[in-house]
Amino acid sequence: MSIKLEHINYIYSPGTAYEKQALKDVSLEITQGEFVGIIGHTGSGKSTLIQHFNGLMKATDGVLYYEGKNIYDSGYNMKELRNQVGLVFQYPEHQLFEVDVLSDVCFGPKNQGLPPEECEKRAKEALELVGFPEKYYKQSPFELSGGQKRRAAIAGVLAMRPKVLVLDEPTAGLDPRGRDEILDQVEYLHKNTNMTVILVSHSMEDIARYVDRIIVMNHGEKMLDDIPKRVFAHYKELEEVGLAAPQVTYIMHALKALGLDVHTDATTVEEAAEEIMRSLHD
Amino acid sequence: MIRDITIGQYYPAKSVIHRLDPRVKIVCTLLFLISLFLQSSILGYVIATAFLGGVICMSRVPFKYIVKGLKPIIMLLLITVLFNLFLTREGNELVHVWIFRITDKGLNVAVYMAIRLTYLIMGSSIMTFTTTPNSLTDGIEKLLHPLNKIRVPVHEVAMIMSIALRFIPILLEETDKIMKAQIARGADLESGNIIQKAKAMIPILVPLFVSAFRRANDLAMAMEARCYRGGDGRTKMKPLVYQGRDRMAYAATLIYVVLVFCIGRYVPFHLWIF
Amino acid sequence: MDMVRSEKLIFEYEKRDEEGNVTGMNRAVDGVDIQIAPGDFVAILGHNGSGKSTLAKHMNAILIPTGGTMWVNGRDTKDPAELWNVRQSAGMVFQNPDNQIIGTVVEEDVGFGPENLGVPTEEIWKRVEDSLKSVGMLEYRTNSPNKLSGGQKQRVAIAGVIAMEPECIVLDEPTAMLDPNGRKEVIRTIQELRRRKKVTVILITHYMEEVIDADQVYVMDSGHIVMHGTPKEIFSQVEELKKYRLDVPQVTMLAEELRKRGLKLPKGILRTQELVEALCQLN
Repeated sequence: MSIKLEHINYIYSPGTAYEKQALKDVSLEITQGEFVGIIGHTGSGKSTLIQHFNGLMKATDGVLYYEGKNIYDSGYNMKELRNQVGLVFQYPEHQLFEVDVLSDVCFGPKNQGLPPEECEKRAKEALELVGFPEKYYKQSPFELSGGQKRRAAIAGVLAMRPKVLVLDEPTAGLDPRGRDEILDQVEYLHKNTNMTVILVSHSMEDIARYVDRIIVMNHGEKMLDDIPKRVFAHYKELEEVGLAAPQVTYIMHALKALGLDVHTDATTVEEAAEEIMRSLHD
Repeated sequence: MIRDITIGQYYPAKSVIHRLDPRVKIVCTLLFLISLFLQSSILGYVIATAFLGGVICMSRVPFKYIVKGLKPIIMLLLITVLFNLFLTREGNELVHVWIFRITDKGLNVAVYMAIRLTYLIMGSSIMTFTTTPNSLTDGIEKLLHPLNKIRVPVHEVAMIMSIALRFIPILLEETDKIMKAQIARGADLESGNIIQKAKAMIPILVPLFVSAFRRANDLAMAMEARCYRGGDGRTKMKPLVYQGRDRMAYAATLIYVVLVFCIGRYVPFHLWIF
Repeated sequence: MDMVRSEKLIFEYEKRDEEGNVTGMNRAVDGVDIQIAPGDFVAILGHNGSGKSTLAKHMNAILIPTGGTMWVNGRDTKDPAELWNVRQSAGMVFQNPDNQIIGTVVEEDVGFGPENLGVPTEEIWKRVEDSLKSVGMLEYRTNSPNKLSGGQKQRVAIAGVIAMEPECIVLDEPTAMLDPNGRKEVIRTIQELRRRKKVTVILITHYMEEVIDADQVYVMDSGHIVMHGTPKEIFSQVEELKKYRLDVPQVTMLAEELRKRGLKLPKGILRTQELVEALCQLN
């Protein structure tokens, strides 16, 4: 039960003046139930990478196995793969189109060929999972606030009951509270279903709090792949490629440099506070 | 996929053709297009090829790039050729299989049509490759300026065109994104009959329109914020003034046109290909 | 004289149902008084829908108050005769980098504003060059904006405003759609501009890290100004900010956590350096 990439390469517009290698020899495996963060700046290949997970983009070279099967084999059921690997794009609210929220969320299940009652059941379930208020079910998706629109759009993918949920920058453009609400909701989802969640972001602070594992992409290559603490230990390298560790990492390092006996691997404010208190009491 | 369409896009380079006044490029392109259709002698086409080839060389736009621009019209080209090939009844029969008959006249017309259409696209894409949409609309605005007297809103139309050109690549990219997002939700855009296919486009068209309107709204606001108030009292960053090279270009094109016509008319070299 | 001043500013719009009938009035801005001195760097904070963008659009006379008054450089924005002067003196940069660039070539876009103002051709070229230089985008002058990164597009948009030689620049969430690098790029550009051109800068945002250098901060919630003060004063009220759906920088948060745990740290710590120094003094 996993997504496994072996030596994936992807080249944009090969043979033209705009040829560009977007992915370079990427190998990785994500097992069922993991909560993974993918980090990289714009153009690092992270969006290209996740579009390989559900077969929207086909590697120029390399193999991708989903649950042990090579998805590039002829006769592989791509549609089924897309049912299982749900992909929520950046600004997903830009794809809403139906007259009301409920019918929009039904679009996915309907495409799966389910009967109308079942579609509605799944849609309602999905909307509940993202904490979308029931009183707006029959409202036009275009009249909702930014945060609600985003929830409705995420529900649109969840209603297909995927085993893997990939979210591309789910908090882009939201205010701090909206951001926390969406991320908390995603965490809740992960805890309460056995879904694999892959969160793509360029904010270390966001990701550090939630995920168990971070994959750092740079220039189309996998640069780091480890638990957050160990990834942020490379904060100097991260900075060189235009990424930054969470602010607390810097504080801890600065304190240590000034002779305070702290461990520098705290990734969240709470952890850092505990660590500083501990070192001061020693 | 959609990104491959190169027609109507600007290709930045530093060449004489890029520097020419857009009015020159518009007028000369029109003259060239007319010249293609008003003659049908081999020598004429040789000269047209030389003229086009010379301009392409001078423009420093890679030939491959121009050929890529032909891709979207290949179907149209094929249909035209086939129609001319099989539906021309006059002339001497060359091949006759079942109901298909190919005559020498038909073959000639088909070949000429193919050349004309190809040159037409290449000629006009050279213009768009070497002229920024803005200066192109500037050129049109200036050329059509006399129409202002009969109350045609020339400036407004030019502005609309230039904005449309700027947003075409953005909207194409957006279409690509929306399509992918709906495919990820299981949308089936390929199979089914025409009605089913049309219905399948709704989840793409609605978000696209919504986005286009949002962009239009934003843009209007941004333009107002930057003091845009129509064409009156506006100055130009790049006013159009004819230079020496522009006059040369006019002269060269005129010579070409005259040459092509004279050959078509007076040189008794009316050779059929076959 | 104040650069921007508002008095009891109100902006109302009609709420409509599906058939388009008016069902009531919405107040996006409700009785706002602000006062911004020339040369100041002022931040307006607030969550999405708090009314901060609506307020910003009044400074450029894109919106006209339905109640109260807004003066920009002493000019009443309600006065139709002053419309273009107001828009020239308060340039505006918007959120979406794609939807505010009109030109298909960088330099042509920067020239758009001066063209509208009727500036003579040679002067336009001078201004375009100068403003592109001041945002560090001169080498991209003949590029197509579509090929630029988000941060670069916003810098072009800023150059487009500077070329109109405004006394004041209003930036309406210029970094909301950018990645961290783009965000840094834009903020650095703004700081650089302030240093060199001494223009008034009004930054609308919900990113707290961007406002720590501001001279004053206004916080908005449901159309009202709910907090006003220096960044230090504002950020020392962590709980209050959370109530308005806002956040504080991680350093401030950490200092607050440490204070809760009994450490005697000063309130309103904004920078890593400050916290580190304060902790060292304790030790």
